[in-house]
Amino acid sequence: MLRRSFVSRALVLGFICAAAHVPSRARAADSFITVASTTSTEQSGLFSYLLPLFRTASGIDVRVVAVGTGQALAIGARGDADALLVHDRQGEDKFVAEGHGIDRCDVMYNDFVLIGPKSDPAGIRGEKDAKEALRKIAAAKAPFASRGDDSGTHRLEMRLWKAAGVDVAPAAAIWRRETGSGMGPTLNLAAGVDAYVLADRATWANFKNRQNLEILSDGDPGLLNRYGGILVNPATHPHVKAAEARRWHEWLTSEEGRKAIAGFRVNGEQVFFLETAPAH
Amino acid sequence: MDDIAQAFHFALKLILEGDRELFETVKLSIIVSLSASIIAFLIGAPAGAVLATQTFRARPAMLVSLNALLGLPSVVIGLFVYLLLSRSGPLGFLGFLFTPQAMILAQIILTLPIIAVMSYRATETYWADYRDTFVIFGASRLRAVATLISAARGALVTVFLAAFGRAIAEVGAIMMVGGNIRGFTRTMTTTIALQTSRGELALALGLGLVLMGLTLAISAAAFFLNRRMSDY
Repeated sequence: MLRRSFVSRALVLGFICAAAHVPSRARAADSFITVASTTSTEQSGLFSYLLPLFRTASGIDVRVVAVGTGQALAIGARGDADALLVHDRQGEDKFVAEGHGIDRCDVMYNDFVLIGPKSDPAGIRGEKDAKEALRKIAAAKAPFASRGDDSGTHRLEMRLWKAAGVDVAPAAAIWRRETGSGMGPTLNLAAGVDAYVLADRATWANFKNRQNLEILSDGDPGLLNRYGGILVNPATHPHVKAAEARRWHEWLTSEEGRKAIAGFRVNGEQVFFLETAPAH
Repeated sequence: MDDIAQAFHFALKLILEGDRELFETVKLSIIVSLSASIIAFLIGAPAGAVLATQTFRARPAMLVSLNALLGLPSVVIGLFVYLLLSRSGPLGFLGFLFTPQAMILAQIILTLPIIAVMSYRATETYWADYRDTFVIFGASRLRAVATLISAARGALVTVFLAAFGRAIAEVGAIMMVGGNIRGFTRTMTTTIALQTSRGELALALGLGLVLMGLTLAISAAAFFLNRRMSDY
């Protein structure tokens, strides 16, 4: 008797859970797509702002998985997303060339900024040449926080170091620390140890735990940050929702979608720009 | 210190304002972790009792493996379930990746070893007491397992709570297989991770306080349920 009551209670609890689960599944629209994107687009609040507009226009729900660009491309290559919105042109072209994706299109851009402590020990404040700023940081052996996670930001940083002629092999650059994590955790670390850090403007605009950090160098054309949309190739991955994903791309590049992107603000600041808009 | 005071302020504000998104997030956390720990319990508790009552050749190896699995990092389980459920993986056809179902599966794997090992320990002591009686009356193995589970039910409630606690506190596995999709697979812990990475440290800790309050309530409920059951 005792045992029966115990087991039946457990079962009843289980059924309550299962029942509670049903509405949450039914609530989601029948038609949805999964988009793998970057943490910057998600954390800036852009998707929270765009997706309801797209749902109204199309009736399609978009489920955003926000990860680094490297991981987003890997998710796409495994067929686990229907579309991508990422920022690493070389990686994107490779993804398309390998047959994983189709219809790559420019969606929007912003820029990267070099952030550091107000005291600026390397003296990069106002430096317009990003490579020169990095050389100064290396010369001063000032702490620099790197993503180290194969994200779009990390890939750009590595290209910049190479162009600047600085050897950042761990043995040669002990002042450079790889966090191996997202933009936010890396900014948190930089804020904690007064390190320099490369970040995209949208994530920075949203970041609250700034402590002594501020933007010290920006405006180098090499710091342009282009976001590209790609559809996962239905020929390679037959299960993808090709029609709905195409609808998403069409909307993003339509007059309505472009207006929506251009109208998005973070604390009154525009952080994503359209390709045809004049650079700031 | 300011941040910590502010965290309490955020926690109170979130609860008092009855934020809808917070409510949905809390609901999903509970549904996922409760479903996972109940399913794992229904498998793991009898398995633990069987291990306590039966002696077979593979038993020591199984016990050692189960104990080792207790230390498995949740992110490794997440990775395993991800590769299992990925469209390119063996169970990809289910389309479970980035859904609550995937999160439940990951947490079942996470909690199963805890439940099995602790149930084994809980029933083992009773087995020492009852063993001779069972033998004298010639009780079947099934009967022995059932009686042991019933006798150890007080300890088993603790086992269940430990498993549930591990599940609801976990972030690595569900982040990976759920994708932290807003309004769909975003739970309390993934929200806390997200807000931390946005530098909203006080808000993140505030959410943590809400989560603590929640587990406290569930543990209290289980405590009273257990006491009422012991009164029979």
